[in-house]
Amino acid sequence: MKKECQECGAEINIPEDAVVGEIVTCPDCGGDFEIATKTADKVELKPAETVGEDWGQ
Amino acid sequence: MTKVCIIYDKVRFEEKALFDKAAEKGLQAQLVDAKTVTVSTDSRPGDLALGDVVMQRSVSHYRGLYLTSCLEFLDYPVINRFQVAETCGNKLVTSLVLAKNNIPTPKTQFAFSAEQAMELIQKTGLPLVLKPIVGSWGRGVFPLRDEETASMIIEMREENDSPLSRIYYVQEMIDRPPRDIRCIVVGDRVVTAIYRYSAESEWRTNVARGGKAELAPITKELEDMALKAAKAVGGGILGVDLMEDKARGLVVHEVNNTVEFRGAATVSTTDIPGAMIDYAARKARK
Repeated sequence: MKKECQECGAEINIPEDAVVGEIVTCPDCGGDFEIATKTADKVELKPAETVGEDWGQ
Repeated sequence: MTKVCIIYDKVRFEEKALFDKAAEKGLQAQLVDAKTVTVSTDSRPGDLALGDVVMQRSVSHYRGLYLTSCLEFLDYPVINRFQVAETCGNKLVTSLVLAKNNIPTPKTQFAFSAEQAMELIQKTGLPLVLKPIVGSWGRGVFPLRDEETASMIIEMREENDSPLSRIYYVQEMIDRPPRDIRCIVVGDRVVTAIYRYSAESEWRTNVARGGKAELAPITKELEDMALKAAKAVGGGILGVDLMEDKARGLVVHEVNNTVEFRGAATVSTTDIPGAMIDYAARKARK
């Protein structure tokens, strides 16, 4: 499935097995988006949270 | 059927692997976004449908920590427990716990002002390592090799807005091979151990920094020390990091609470998510 980047308009490829909550990155501008909803024929993206100071293990 | 709830704020390889593995083992699994959960002092056990056991996998330390506190208030068994997450999420507290339990750990000094930090750096002599007490993937970890740089980094830390950046954690620099060892501990078992080699032109060994993983043998000494460290912080599913000090042998420098295992899974023959799911099922409310 393809989705248009909300930042630059490029095409972002959404892998078949991607799940809600996963992060996809625009190949052109590098913007990160979180998969907000996903059904068989429709996917919605929202801007991903920026990396926080307390992120990681 | 046991219901396993995997709480995330960003779905990574690990959360997907845990979800798939739970389903494969015939458990009911659900992925819940931590950013969508609310709890109140009036909440009662059963108000939230989070299954029989919760695996806290938030990438944000504080989000995971305080949501765990709320879920424990609602009597959910959470992996890892709040107290474990609080200890492991803070390098200063972890170092103190390791030392208190006589687990070999790098000598670490703490200072609570820039002046004292500089004084102890001058008194101890370089090289040393300055680390932030919260945060990971190696961010903000600086090797201090000369006094001028040390002073500038301390100055930078003073100007930072975060109050935590003004707590100084200064560790001896261990003379070690260009690698460390990550042990993935699940309950009372070391399920896998990997060497993490630093990437080229990089001193830190974090896989997040491009470090490369290679399977490490689980020797008796390594196993004993990793399990002892895991127990000291309260136990659960943990990543125990050790270094091979040329003078003293193994030393534990960190215990990770929300362990990432993507790097380890690529080289390990052990079913890492499988071991984690089995452990979660054992901790589930019956």
